[in-house]
Amino acid sequence: MYDVIIVGAGTAGLSAAIYTVRSGKSALVLEATSYGGQIINTPDIENYPGIAHISGFDFATGLYNQAKDLGAEVKFERVISITDAASANADTSASAHEAIATPTKKQIDVDITANSSEVSAASNKKQAGVETEAAGNGKFKLVKTSGGEYTAKAVILATGAKNRPLGLPNEQALVGKGVSYCATCDGMFFRKKAVAVNGGGNTAVEDAAFLANYCSKVYIIHRRDTFRADAAEVERLRAKENVEFVLNSTVTKLNADTSGLTSIDVTNKTTGEVRNLPVAGLFVAIGQAPDNSAFSNVAKLDPKGYIEAGEDLKTGTEGIFTAGDCRTKAVRQLTTAASDGAVAALAACHYIDSLTV
Amino acid sequence: MAATKVTQADFEEKVLKSDVPVLVDFWADWCGPCKMLSPIINEIADEAKGFKVMSCDADENPDILERYGIRAIPTLIVFKNGDAIHQSTGFIPKEQVLKLLED
Repeated sequence: MYDVIIVGAGTAGLSAAIYTVRSGKSALVLEATSYGGQIINTPDIENYPGIAHISGFDFATGLYNQAKDLGAEVKFERVISITDAASANADTSASAHEAIATPTKKQIDVDITANSSEVSAASNKKQAGVETEAAGNGKFKLVKTSGGEYTAKAVILATGAKNRPLGLPNEQALVGKGVSYCATCDGMFFRKKAVAVNGGGNTAVEDAAFLANYCSKVYIIHRRDTFRADAAEVERLRAKENVEFVLNSTVTKLNADTSGLTSIDVTNKTTGEVRNLPVAGLFVAIGQAPDNSAFSNVAKLDPKGYIEAGEDLKTGTEGIFTAGDCRTKAVRQLTTAASDGAVAALAACHYIDSLTV
Repeated sequence: MAATKVTQADFEEKVLKSDVPVLVDFWADWCGPCKMLSPIINEIADEAKGFKVMSCDADENPDILERYGIRAIPTLIVFKNGDAIHQSTGFIPKEQVLKLLED
């Protein structure tokens, strides 16, 4: 039994872990891939207060080590589901991992401070009726992962966001073979080659400007004829000789041979005309998307899939909090992710303390 | 011990002519996910039985990148009898790296 389980080891999740353990509570961070989240792809961070310059990798590694050194546990397992501990299938006690704590409301009152509220599966089954009545406050959470099962008094969802894919059939197969979501990461592999950038925001325009410095040709494809990006940046891009604007258009097909991407088909939305652009690289910069579908039973999601939460970071489900880019918010920056981590952790600790009084 | 360094000068001899399979990690200094993968690759190098593990600096060896169509890093390629038989791009956990080596 942990006090707090944190889903995601990005900036928000690891910040939450630091604040949880420094509040005297135990924390388990569960991460599906690698620690650090989106920031590891950023070569230079220059807007984090108090740090004039640091690489994303150094920042993420520093944060990871700090959380671990303070006593947070980190396991690299994908979270599959979160349910109320008592409503989980009693047969799961056969799990090879942690003993599962499945306390009833009555036992929480008695045992929570002693941190010994483990009961047998049989007792769990027997008292299921009691538990239903005690819905809400005091329910512990059962977190199932790719590697086992864990229980906690509170959960913080800090699942972050990923680059949004185009959704074309062979797109995933071509990642690393011409399709990229990070121009500063992969741009150098397209030196003296023709590439395309898809998107109309600042990232797309900055990516195109960056790539124009050493690619032979850069197409910027945007579904509208006006850009969300800063007008000055767009004008600067227009002035570059090797950049061509392909507007009112979307990428509709990725053509490839065994070595990777060879060209893309672009369809003009107003005329219906299809144009083939011979490019070795396509940089997709059409924004971010969250992945919270596994948690829709414990957190309300907005139409885009972000967890609905205000600045108090409560999800509407007792004991479930959220932090960072995975939630509805206006600004998604490194500082706001760290800030969310702190607020969510302290809210979770306060919630846990309220269970015992 | 860590993964053995390989360059375009000795790639043929060390990788293509190897009598056992070779896992090559293509990485660069400025690449965050590469730095996360490196400790795992070194661990696998230490434990390697029946295969070799090598690392290749993407910045210094553009010819090899061109030859194998590498357009992002980190990229891992398993070579067997001179052929690239498995390839993976991006950070992956240790179990998945080992899976690349399974056949």
